[in-house]
Amino acid sequence: MADTIRFILNGKLREVADLSPTTTVLQYLRTVEHLTGTKEGCAEGDCGACTVIVGTLANGAIRYHTVNSCIMFLPVLDGKHLITVEYLKVLAGGSLHPVQQAMVDCHGSQCGFCTPGFVMSLVGLLENTPVPSKEDIQDSLAGNLCRCTGYRPILDAASIAARKGKVHLPSDAQLLRSLQRDALLTYEVQGQKYFAPRTADELAGLVTENPEAILLAGGTDVGLWVTKQHKLLMTLIYTGAIAELHEINETDGNLEIGAAVSYTQAFEKLAAYDESMEVLLQRFASTQIRNSGTVGGNIANGSPIGDGMPPLIALGAKLVLRSAAGVRMIALEDYFISYGKQDRMPGEFIEKIIVPGKAANVLFKTYKLSKRFDQDISAVCSAFALTMDGKTIKSARIAFGGMAATPKRALNVEKYLTGRQWTDETVREAMQFLAQDYTPIKDMRASAEYRMVSAQNLLYRFYIETSEPGTKLRIYGNDG
Amino acid sequence: MTDKTVIKGGVGEAIPHDSATLHVSGEAVYTDDIREPQGCLHAYVLQSSYAHARIRKIDISECYSDGVHAVITAADIPGINDVAPVFSGDPVFAEDEVFYAGQAVLAVAATTRELARKAAHKAVIEYEELPALLNVRDAIKAQSFVGETCTMQIGDSTAGIEKAAHRLQGELEIGGQDHFYLEGQIAMATPQESGDMHCWSSTQHPSEVQHLIARVLGLSDHAVTVDVRRMGGAFGGKESQASLIACIAALLASKTGSPVKLRLDRDDDMTLTGKRHPFHAAWKVGFDEQGRIEGIEIDLAANCGMSADLSNAVVDRAMFHSDNAYYLGNARITAYRCKTNMVSHTAFRGFGGPQGLLVIENIIDEIARYLGKDPLAVRKINLYDAAGALENRCTTHYGMTVEDNILPDILARLEATGEYARRIEDIRTFNDRNRILKKGIALTPVKFGISFTLKMLNQAGALIHVYKDGSIHLNHGGTEMGQGLHTKVAQVVAAEFNVDISRVKITATSTGKVPNTSATAASSGSDLNGKAAQAAARIIKERLVDFAARHFDVEKDAIRFEKEGVRIGSQLVNFAELVSHAYENRVSLSSTGYYRTPKLHWDKEAAKGRPFFYFAYGAAISEVIIDTLTGEYNILRTDILHDVGNSLNPAIDIGQIEGGFVQGTGWLTSEELYWDEKGVLKTHAPSTYKIPTSRDIPDDFRVALFDRENQENTVYRSKAVGEPPLMLSVSVFLAIKDAIAATGKGPIVLNAPATPEEVLRAITKARSAS
Ligand SMILES: Cc1cc2nc3c(=O)[nH]c(=O)nc-3n(C[C@H](O)[C@H](O)[C@H](O)COP(=O)(O)OP(=O)(O)OC[C@H]3O[C@@H](n4cnc5c(N)ncnc54)[C@H](O)[C@@H]3O)c2cc1C
Ligand code: FES
Ligand code: FES
Repeated sequence: MADTIRFILNGKLREVADLSPTTTVLQYLRTVEHLTGTKEGCAEGDCGACTVIVGTLANGAIRYHTVNSCIMFLPVLDGKHLITVEYLKVLAGGSLHPVQQAMVDCHGSQCGFCTPGFVMSLVGLLENTPVPSKEDIQDSLAGNLCRCTGYRPILDAASIAARKGKVHLPSDAQLLRSLQRDALLTYEVQGQKYFAPRTADELAGLVTENPEAILLAGGTDVGLWVTKQHKLLMTLIYTGAIAELHEINETDGNLEIGAAVSYTQAFEKLAAYDESMEVLLQRFASTQIRNSGTVGGNIANGSPIGDGMPPLIALGAKLVLRSAAGVRMIALEDYFISYGKQDRMPGEFIEKIIVPGKAANVLFKTYKLSKRFDQDISAVCSAFALTMDGKTIKSARIAFGGMAATPKRALNVEKYLTGRQWTDETVREAMQFLAQDYTPIKDMRASAEYRMVSAQNLLYRFYIETSEPGTKLRIYGNDG
Repeated sequence: MTDKTVIKGGVGEAIPHDSATLHVSGEAVYTDDIREPQGCLHAYVLQSSYAHARIRKIDISECYSDGVHAVITAADIPGINDVAPVFSGDPVFAEDEVFYAGQAVLAVAATTRELARKAAHKAVIEYEELPALLNVRDAIKAQSFVGETCTMQIGDSTAGIEKAAHRLQGELEIGGQDHFYLEGQIAMATPQESGDMHCWSSTQHPSEVQHLIARVLGLSDHAVTVDVRRMGGAFGGKESQASLIACIAALLASKTGSPVKLRLDRDDDMTLTGKRHPFHAAWKVGFDEQGRIEGIEIDLAANCGMSADLSNAVVDRAMFHSDNAYYLGNARITAYRCKTNMVSHTAFRGFGGPQGLLVIENIIDEIARYLGKDPLAVRKINLYDAAGALENRCTTHYGMTVEDNILPDILARLEATGEYARRIEDIRTFNDRNRILKKGIALTPVKFGISFTLKMLNQAGALIHVYKDGSIHLNHGGTEMGQGLHTKVAQVVAAEFNVDISRVKITATSTGKVPNTSATAASSGSDLNGKAAQAAARIIKERLVDFAARHFDVEKDAIRFEKEGVRIGSQLVNFAELVSHAYENRVSLSSTGYYRTPKLHWDKEAAKGRPFFYFAYGAAISEVIIDTLTGEYNILRTDILHDVGNSLNPAIDIGQIEGGFVQGTGWLTSEELYWDEKGVLKTHAPSTYKIPTSRDIPDDFRVALFDRENQENTVYRSKAVGEPPLMLSVSVFLAIKDAIAATGKGPIVLNAPATPEEVLRAITKARSAS
């Protein structure tokens, strides 16, 4: 029996039975609901004009986060509350919401096309971070592009709104609670199927029964297959409704992250590994994308430029793959066989990832490099972990993204370093070995030379940062 | 006289954009938000995948299926297959040959966009690939040009360079820029009775869209009406480029008899439509011990793409701005308008000016580095003479006299408030103490000529109705793209009648209301339309005064429009009341207004004249920090002092300055257009094309208006502000260069855009000789 999709739109119940499961939330809003305040600027999650807020029930309370409606499929809303810019005045009792008022007062809109998206991002920010720093504000806007204003008035508006107004998003979870399911959701329109299982076992069963099905987690990759590559996806299995896959556990000093955990949810625990990890995560896409995009999806897509891989590989992460037949565990780097090919057998899915804790004698840093600080795909992403015995390197794990067809360890460099003293001379010599490990390519993000030279320099930066604590290295924040 | 301060929303008041509350609440209606008429079809454009190829065959037989209403190619155009704005050569659809990768070949109208897309991709097109010209070097070698190579000259440049104590020469590559308006190109055309056409178009130039729709459909202009309420950004990208989109929608609407909407996906938008021209510059300069220029020769080569479009005027403007703020003395500026197999590059905020200006600013920088002087000192010594100090050093290389150079004052003030000298010292200390991070600073001026360089475009019209209840309907030929034009013009009208701005309703620009308009471009929107609207208001006012004098039997000069109402002799009459009386007594309450810019003349043969009514000035200091390991950078602080004459609306003007500066900074830093070796654009979406985000603006950003009225008689003595501030971003580029110079003694070669990769390359080179 096919189900309908039930969710709340701006406080009102909606039930959808006849729209393709790959209809995006944005298309739905603009063409079905005629709510045209939410705009399309790119249809790929990169401009933020389509930003909306989604409320999800977690442990009895509603958690709100911003997402890009242009790449989110409608059925994902099942059991959630979708809030669009049109609802803010309603929440504020008929007048402008404090964020909207501050935007007017600060002259934060010119052409106005980006504006609803900025408003939603800021409302989302203030809901979760009532007293944001300038950096928090910029983080929340990393995925919102404005071509007119030069942003200054928008940053001002954000600070003012934070000081002024308290209009909260609805906290009454009753209606949402009534929409929660405890059984599998099956939705089908004209042969296109969408399943949302509730347990990992159910998922294992579905994956076996539907070998051609596509797993859908945050959809920040899969969404683009539809909106950019215009593919017709016939069967989708959504992992986001499975509680087990949302777990983050710390056991035996290891950090276990469920495959459906979003980068936002994992942020704090991962950032605890090192300050550089926090910066990497800050530079990982945008707030909206991190709110949707999962750690599992980042690994599973097999991209050579996924930012999660270098640090996780360097830290020695293991991947747990599960199927109806059972569970197997592999080293994360072994998952990537070649471009577009991963070690995932039919019927298997990623269940979780296990990241060893960082021992006191491990030097660890990770760096991302791209044309723009915010929301940009890496030209090069790197991570270094040295296990030290005094000044001697006992062992090394070094991984790079953007340097080969898959995320890959720098085995020659690692070998050279092992057993040597961690000195300026050693690192300079080691930099040369990168050329044996990688033959990077040229594309629109970077030339092969830049990739190689900057990769070498990042290794050198790792040396300076771990050996010369006084040296200024950061162009953002205090060092300037 | 109008009192500036008393009414709400009068001239000079920093009121919000007229649509601000609609923007923030999502209620502002853009073209895609207009409720679609019943039966509206959706269009999709199929584009060429080759940069240059012969079309052997187009087979559309597979395209049709249920829901597909029309598939059209060049053969289906009833009128003329050309949407070129000035010259010819911009076909709607390719005929026998495609001239760039991305060119439109055919279009489909279907019940949904998805269906139209699928149908279009079923067309079978046989191409025979031909050799393609993809850069200016090859184009010059092949003598492939879209327009004449021309020269602007003053004095004897060769002799000047020869006899100078010092000589330098160099080259500079300057990348293009995508407009990246947040609202992509869009139009919705609806057929009317007797073959007429109505079109909602996101365009800066409704009259041209009207004319071109008529041309492709074989109609008269009067059969076509084009409306635009607002655009979600344009920046020049919807000046000539919007026509193609509107014409395709109109062609399909005409063919199917149904309304048709064409909204381009971001990727299609970026591959189909033109961008800022990439330039290559080669230069030679001779100068004295102080760095004063004695002779200069600049060769500019603009990559115009496959057709002329607006390139002639764009390249002219690059030449006009090759002096920026400096007296060149003996100069020869030559420009090549290269025809390549790329999208036809087009208008973009600054319109060639930024490229010309960057070249000369970079030359000044080179001179200073060569002489080991502070670049600011070299700038100052080369400035045009200040207003009042009229010696010889005030004639441009195109023969116009710079009459009101206020830059010496602007620079002096900015140098002080921006703590230039102290920061130079601080930076030196910082650079001595830090081996990985380096800082740099630069102060650069802007002098930008205001007017369309094609004289006939400098005219405008407006239409004002005053209704019986005293409410005012305002319409003018300018379009609103976010720049606040409608707000400013409404402020002018409110001030004229001395009524609150809430009385003035700003309405969609329509070719049916104000005809034969020029594009809203060249920063001239408020100069032209403000004056035209003022003229219309004055006509109505005069009629009201005539009427009131008769009706109340008072002298005309006893009638004044005051904030509280109209003072008529000893009485005070409410504005609405007066209007109502006037109506009852059969006084016309509607008028057009017209304006043309005075003083302009241009002798094309001699390349001499006065192409600009006046200049707008400004200057910026930027300080940056670079990471010498990766080439990444951050702007630590920018101070701007900019001249807008008497500001019509300081909030809007500051918004233009900040927005322009940040957009220019994007052009010179992270915005890299990347075409592959086949001439296919690979950076066609925000995932790969990186405009600045809120983190990329200066950490410390200080913007002030230079308070001095325009010496020319513009509307309220204001100055245009749309384009000039973009070029303040040159300070960022040269600050990055300054930081690179702190890394080594070798040559400092930095091309634009200065991506981290480009910066690291420059650092490597700078270090090569140390
Ligand atoms: C604007 C934008 C910016 C981005 N920036 C970055 C960035 O800075 N760094 C970066 O690394 N990535 C970036 N990405 C890519 C993407 O967001 C991340 O890779 C994200 O982690 C993907 O997770 P997801 O949950 O959205 O994956 P989905 O799109 O849901 O899925 C991705 C792939 O993984 C498969 N999959 C999902 N879950 C499982 C599972 N449990 N088992 C097996 N297969 C599974 C899917 O079938 C699919 O093939 C960006 C994407 C966008 C749109
Ligand atoms: S439309 Fe650009 S992020 Fe969604
Ligand atoms: S106001 Fe135009 S894009 Fe932001």
